[in-house]
Amino acid sequence: MHPKRKQRLILITFLVFGFSAVIGLALYALTENINLFYNPSQIAAGEAPEGARIRAGGMVVEGSVSRDQTTLANRFSLTDYNAVVEVEFIGILPDLFREGQGIVALGRLNEKNVLIADEVLAKHDENYMPPEVAESLEKAKAYDAQKYSNESYKSNDHYNINQHTEGNPHEVNDTKAIDEQKVKP
Amino acid sequence: MMMLPEVGHFALILGLALSILLGIFPLLGAGINNQFLMRLAKPLAAGQFLFIFISFLVLGAAFLQDDFSVQYVANHSNSLLPIQYKISAIWGGHEGSLLLWALILSGWTAAVVIYSQSLPLIVYARVLGVMGLIAVGFLLFILMTSNPFDRYLPQFPDEGADLNPLLQDFGLIVHPPMLYMGYVGFSVVFAFAIAALLGGQLDAAWAKWSRPWTTVAWAFLTLGIALGSWWAYYELGWGGWWFWDPVENASFMPWLVGAALIHSLAATEKRGVFKSWTVLLAIMAFSLSLLGTFLVRSGVLTSVHAFASDPARGQFILALLGITLIVSFTLYAFKVPSVRSRIQFSLLSRETFLLMNNLLLVVAWITVMLGTLYPLVLDFLGGGKLSIGPPYFNAVFVPLMSVLAVVMGFGIVSRWKDNSIAYLVGQLRLAAVLAVVSALLVPALSFGEFHFGAFLGMFLFSWIVFVSIHDLHSKSKSSNGYLYGLKRLRPAYLGMIIGHIGFAVCLLGVAFVSIESDERDIRLSVGDQATVQDYVFKFDSMDKIKGPNYISDRGHFIVSDSESGKQIALLHPEKRIYLAKNMPMTEAAIDPGLFRDLYVALGEPLDGGAWAVRIQIKPFVRWIWLGALLMAFGGILAILDKRYRHKEKV
Repeated sequence: MHPKRKQRLILITFLVFGFSAVIGLALYALTENINLFYNPSQIAAGEAPEGARIRAGGMVVEGSVSRDQTTLANRFSLTDYNAVVEVEFIGILPDLFREGQGIVALGRLNEKNVLIADEVLAKHDENYMPPEVAESLEKAKAYDAQKYSNESYKSNDHYNINQHTEGNPHEVNDTKAIDEQKVKP
Repeated sequence: MMMLPEVGHFALILGLALSILLGIFPLLGAGINNQFLMRLAKPLAAGQFLFIFISFLVLGAAFLQDDFSVQYVANHSNSLLPIQYKISAIWGGHEGSLLLWALILSGWTAAVVIYSQSLPLIVYARVLGVMGLIAVGFLLFILMTSNPFDRYLPQFPDEGADLNPLLQDFGLIVHPPMLYMGYVGFSVVFAFAIAALLGGQLDAAWAKWSRPWTTVAWAFLTLGIALGSWWAYYELGWGGWWFWDPVENASFMPWLVGAALIHSLAATEKRGVFKSWTVLLAIMAFSLSLLGTFLVRSGVLTSVHAFASDPARGQFILALLGITLIVSFTLYAFKVPSVRSRIQFSLLSRETFLLMNNLLLVVAWITVMLGTLYPLVLDFLGGGKLSIGPPYFNAVFVPLMSVLAVVMGFGIVSRWKDNSIAYLVGQLRLAAVLAVVSALLVPALSFGEFHFGAFLGMFLFSWIVFVSIHDLHSKSKSSNGYLYGLKRLRPAYLGMIIGHIGFAVCLLGVAFVSIESDERDIRLSVGDQATVQDYVFKFDSMDKIKGPNYISDRGHFIVSDSESGKQIALLHPEKRIYLAKNMPMTEAAIDPGLFRDLYVALGEPLDGGAWAVRIQIKPFVRWIWLGALLMAFGGILAILDKRYRHKEKV
């Protein structure tokens, strides 16, 4: 083979193999690091896998937050107004973590179906609702609307909770509106 | 005076009218070779800038006058807001930040008018025409979906809703303008690429014209991203400096492609290679800026960030992105096959190393895009909600950036066309040995234990630094003495060296802070103390203070050395309540240092007067931003090179 061609062939072979290897590894890493979202109904129904890292979102149930007296352990419940899931979290909760607020918790379910969270996310804006939570509340609402008459559905304040998700006037500019708190378990 | 917002609105419409003309006449003139039409580009671009600037000033005036009849002002300001934040609140929300986008775009257009006068008229007209078309898209977007001058009339609120407290910070004043300077700067590079495709001239001259614009846009983007990271670190990230959040990734993708473009432009200019690849990168860099704008502005992201969730806005930007991609790729498909380079280079040449640089950066970009868009696409297809965690990005980036850093050393010393193995070994041997030695010694001496990540980070850092020093040394050898030789080095070369050292500094910061950080969340009452590493943090007292638009619980922490007991720092972390929205905010207190930051943040008040407190020790965290500063400085230095100021002889 012509030496120039040979060199070009080596280069191309090298590039193709390198490229495929990296993309392959990236895809593998991707599948290993997917955190699926589950709402409280799905978790209560046993749809979420035990032991895998998941995202769970819902509204913090009023009066459910309890703090340990000596450590930074917290316990609270999340609901989509259809089912409730218990969450345990050790660490500092976000500034805007409040009862009645929509939040997302990342962690693993234990055998008692309690979510042991290592991260709790709340948006730094009192009117914000995480999109997954908004959607799962919509679903629960649709589900309930079938069960009950329209009358009771309208009179229940809880179902108006979604009103804030649209046309939010306090939208926060581009990048950093997080108040994420990352706590090593 | 009550009419002022309407003046701003009207100025914006005039700006749109001028950009429509700018998008038509010069391009038409270039097509039919009409000098008069082509010469219209200059006054039209200047007029466009003028009117958008007026519009921007009017919005600023509305903020300064607390004109709450303007919806945007009422939603993002308050009469108690300090004046510097009233000004920065102009870009504190969706509508205003788009106006800033448009202002910067017309500013870049004006810069092309001023600095590219020596270009052949036909190229000049085409570049400005393309810039005009981009402005048409964005001004239409603002006027149709996001007008910042909309009013609450006849009834308007007496008081504004206030700017989100997170944004009442120095970071917001400087971060978005810098980031946008970078994003929008790539539109110039894009315009040059399209102009070259239209003219069918993808040559060294085109690469030479594009290089300074690419470098300066990339330098601004580097600064913008670094400022965002720094802001997140002290204001809202609780000590984190990068979260692989989709919004961060949105700015990182054009950065990666921009970095690749800088390097492939060098090869195209000097050796006439990679032409069609370079033009593709130029198109991609700008398209990724648009994609970033789409991701941030459309609300489609499953992110903890809150964004405008008006679907019309998302669709509009997506349409802009679609048109950009379709038009540029059609043009590319028709024009590029005629471009061929017959230049040969061997396997061990600077061309090959630059190619590897491009490959690695493009793969890095693809992996970021995969992790960012995969959840989005899957959700769109009804596959359920999911998110991709930071471990994915870390797993991909550590090997990619390590290889990139190693290749960088080869790229710095290698020559164009061909190098012998003996030459490369001779140039790199000493640096390699020194890098291994320092990688074995430094982390062990500073942290007392062996950790592969710290070893790798130190090795890559010292490899680049020693290679750079060696290269600097051999290039400044001169018969008239070392200093004389050093002075004779071109700014472009020095910029390259400084930029690469900046990359190394950043890399070392990332490695050390990721591996050696110490982070504790503890419960502390006044009088308690906590010992973290060699530091004692004493919770001395608590008091209440009142700011202009907030009240605050402020803690006093005395930090002292655990052995000598000597006081090192006084830290005052705060927990503020902003009154207009009754919104709590954590203000961390940081004692910065070149080799470590001491970080204290108040969590929440607990029973019995105790507080949840986060204490962190962050080694080398400043190096991340210092490295970014060096990279940006290197870029600025490179474009000061004389050869970019010579008149073109075409």
